[in-house]
Amino acid sequence: MPTPLIDFRNVTRTYGAGEAEVRALEGISLTIQPGEFVAIMGPSGSGKSTAMNIIGCLDRPSSGEYLFQGIPVQGLDQDRRALLRRHALGFVFQGFNLLARQSALENVELPLIYKGLPKAQREAMARDALRKVGLEGREGHDPSQLSGGQQQRVAIARALAGGPSMILADEPTGNLDSARSHEIMHLLQALNRDEGITVVMVTHEEAIAAYAKRLMVFTDGHLTRDEPVMGRA
Amino acid sequence: MLWEAIRLAFTAIIRNKLRSFLTVLGVVIGVAAVIAMVTVGAGSSAQVKASVERLGTNVLVLRPGRVRMGPPTGEPSPRFTLKDAAALYELPIVAYVAPQSSSSFPVVAGNANTSSQVTGTTAEYLQVQNWPLALGRSFEPGEEASGAGVCILGQTVRDKLFGSSDPLGETVRLRGLACQVIGVLSARGAGSFGQDQDEVVLIPIKAMHRRLQGDTEVGSISIALLKSVESVDGIRAVQNLLRERREIAIGEGDNFSVTDMKDFNSLLSGVNSVMTGLLSAVAAVSLLVGGIGIMNIMLVSVTERTREIGIRLAVGASGGQVLTQFLVEAIVLSVLGGCLGIVVGLALAWGGSIFLAVPFTPSAMIVALAFGFSAVVGVVFGYFPARRAARMDPIEALRHQ
Repeated sequence: MPTPLIDFRNVTRTYGAGEAEVRALEGISLTIQPGEFVAIMGPSGSGKSTAMNIIGCLDRPSSGEYLFQGIPVQGLDQDRRALLRRHALGFVFQGFNLLARQSALENVELPLIYKGLPKAQREAMARDALRKVGLEGREGHDPSQLSGGQQQRVAIARALAGGPSMILADEPTGNLDSARSHEIMHLLQALNRDEGITVVMVTHEEAIAAYAKRLMVFTDGHLTRDEPVMGRA
Repeated sequence: MLWEAIRLAFTAIIRNKLRSFLTVLGVVIGVAAVIAMVTVGAGSSAQVKASVERLGTNVLVLRPGRVRMGPPTGEPSPRFTLKDAAALYELPIVAYVAPQSSSSFPVVAGNANTSSQVTGTTAEYLQVQNWPLALGRSFEPGEEASGAGVCILGQTVRDKLFGSSDPLGETVRLRGLACQVIGVLSARGAGSFGQDQDEVVLIPIKAMHRRLQGDTEVGSISIALLKSVESVDGIRAVQNLLRERREIAIGEGDNFSVTDMKDFNSLLSGVNSVMTGLLSAVAAVSLLVGGIGIMNIMLVSVTERTREIGIRLAVGASGGQVLTQFLVEAIVLSVLGGCLGIVVGLALAWGGSIFLAVPFTPSAMIVALAFGFSAVVGVVFGYFPARRAARMDPIEALRHQ
């Protein structure tokens, strides 16, 4: 068995203290192997977003252990976790989260700046990523000049540009119509299949979750279902 | 990375041109004030120094009355006479003596007229003042003895009355006195207080006494000592002679004053440096206020761009990289203000030096200092907002609307 990409060992996350203490995750254990495509579902307040934040090294467990590629994340400070995000992770958000006044190309270059790559190399890599998401020829457009589906493609290109081991997608189709949603899912599926990038996605739509190979359901801070996705994929 | 931060800073500043300009106004004013004050101050010090050198340091000025503080007493001090000047001339340490008596009079030549300081004196005045003629000749002994109607014009008076035509041999009228122009002084420019030294007409002192003043008083006496004589010794000799002539008893104070030009000039440059110091303090306060303005707007900017900071942190920016970005933005803002201030300050100093008629002497050192100081303001006041940005929680920042 190779080292899992994600290894949660009895992870809890609590907010506040004393009377006001809220337990968002109550002792979750799970593993995700490289190359998987996981959909996480659950009602709001179930702890799925908290789990995503911890997986994405944006947050740390209150107790328990989280190993990312065998590295114990709970002991890393903000800057070391930033380093992990920079080199191994890509994020796709529901609200796209592009920098408004910068072109598609500049948005995709953003993570590469923090990698300290020279301008020419950054540009080449960013163009390549935009080509992969089907936005060739739109490099100079600002987000405001692009449709929602195109903006999300730019965001995916940004997540992709640095060559991550994993893309974390938080409701990636939440702001898109049905046709655009399926295009985006096809794209994520293709990246998972062709590039071997692990994808972990939060969604509340069954039809979107069906693109994944594995489904996890969270309820009240517990992992209540964890099963392979049958059917279409 | 640093280059990226600088590029980003310029993008952000250009995006908010008006806001950026208003933000740095404090720094602009502070730097401009420092540059203008110090430059004009240096110019007037240079001028004082030049006038000391021109006059020579061993010139004494003798005036009636005691040097004292407080209100004047009722009893007037006795004036000097031409006999005093003649007696001073007998001192072995004296090179030249020039008695002077001055008043302002209208000066008329043909249709042109002006008003000027008219000084009755002797030919030695030009030696004491180290003031060469541009045209013509000085007074001859016969003209001085008879109080002849002859005059030497300063450049400003010559320009006003005759323009560029030759004034020699022409006649000018000073109230009732008609005098023939025999010479023109070389241009001298502004004096230590900014007055025009070229607005002057010299006539023989006896002509002044008889035709214009109606008495034989001498306002002041300038004395040039021999080069080999120390000015303290000269002052003592002049004091002793005058006390003797005026029969002042031992223990009684002088009723005249002897000033060394050196004292006068060191007093002037002392006043200058006090003024420069005070105005620099005002400028420093202005820079402090400017820095607070930058801090304030950077805090606003950090709050406005919370989401951007969240995105940057999520894609892998370290706290240090975010800190650098905002700190560089504050420094660039402040340094741009500093550069603008340098330009404005030099322009003000240039205008001021023309207005005050002092030389314009910009100093690279003070410009570099102002530049460095504005960068320091950026670092000091940019650090707190930048640290706030760097310490943001990426999850909270991304959730920010």
